[in-house]
Amino acid sequence: MFDLTGKRALVTGASGGIGRAIAQKLAEKGAEVALSGTRVEKLEEVAASIPGKTHILPCNLSDLDAVDKLIPSAIEAMGGLDILVNNAGITRDNIFMRMKDSEWDEVIAVNLTAAFRLSRAAVKVMMKQRAGRIIGITSVVGVAGNPGQGNYAASKAGLIGMSKAIAQEVASRGITINTIAPGFIASAMTDELNDKQRDTILGTIPAGRLGNADEIAASAVYLASDEAAYVTGQTIHVNGGMLMV
Amino acid sequence: MSDVSDRVRKIVVEHLNVEADKVTEKASFIDDLGADSLDQVELVMAFEEEFSVEIPDDAAENIQTFGDAVSFLEKAVN
Repeated sequence: MFDLTGKRALVTGASGGIGRAIAQKLAEKGAEVALSGTRVEKLEEVAASIPGKTHILPCNLSDLDAVDKLIPSAIEAMGGLDILVNNAGITRDNIFMRMKDSEWDEVIAVNLTAAFRLSRAAVKVMMKQRAGRIIGITSVVGVAGNPGQGNYAASKAGLIGMSKAIAQEVASRGITINTIAPGFIASAMTDELNDKQRDTILGTIPAGRLGNADEIAASAVYLASDEAAYVTGQTIHVNGGMLMV
Repeated sequence: MSDVSDRVRKIVVEHLNVEADKVTEKASFIDDLGADSLDQVELVMAFEEEFSVEIPDDAAENIQTFGDAVSFLEKAVN
């Protein structure tokens, strides 16, 4: 089940914890994977840890000219594109009243506008193939909100709405577009929390623990697979029960 | 039969999976050839690729029939 042999995938933000896990799991299931991100050494490290064929495609998603070149580069490297994972994301947290225009703009540019441009280019190719998978990594915050993250929450909610709209447009062409909404996932960032902060967070999670990146990647593998052909426009919440919608 | 018209017909036949003799001058992509709005966008994209031209949105809206497509592309190519 969930065999991805012969599929060609592009993962943005592949040097981060979740992106790396997604790239690894897709590759384990047989996909050829193009890794995109800004930190080349990190990407090389990820590539070295992945079985099978990989490509490194550095790209700064806040640079729209670079964004427009990414899908063509991926297609040139792999001869096509079957799976796009819009995983890259940034935060610029601030209390809303204090939020700077630049903090808003930067987050929307990378988290939403880049995803729009990459998805638009990918859909064109996938339409011709009559098959394709686009997976957006959103967040529990995009559905539930979070103080200090007005920009991030807007970008993540935007990703969900955009995915639903595209999903309706291209469902008849064998293309599915879904999102995965992680809750609190263990990462370098959560390692730095003190015990009190950690306890407060864990108190909101019925599962009583943080999630791990592999648990997000497992959902990505499912959505990328042929078995998920009838699932589109959906959001899979992987959050230990902290939000049930 | 112009070269442009042959190339356009080939794209339409392949894309909409219709018989070549159904693709007449007045044949409407949507009303006569079974295209949906997405097919129409795809056809325009295929024309753009085949003829290496750009078809702006307002022009694309006016390409409703096979004849419309041929006359637009004949002008665009020349």
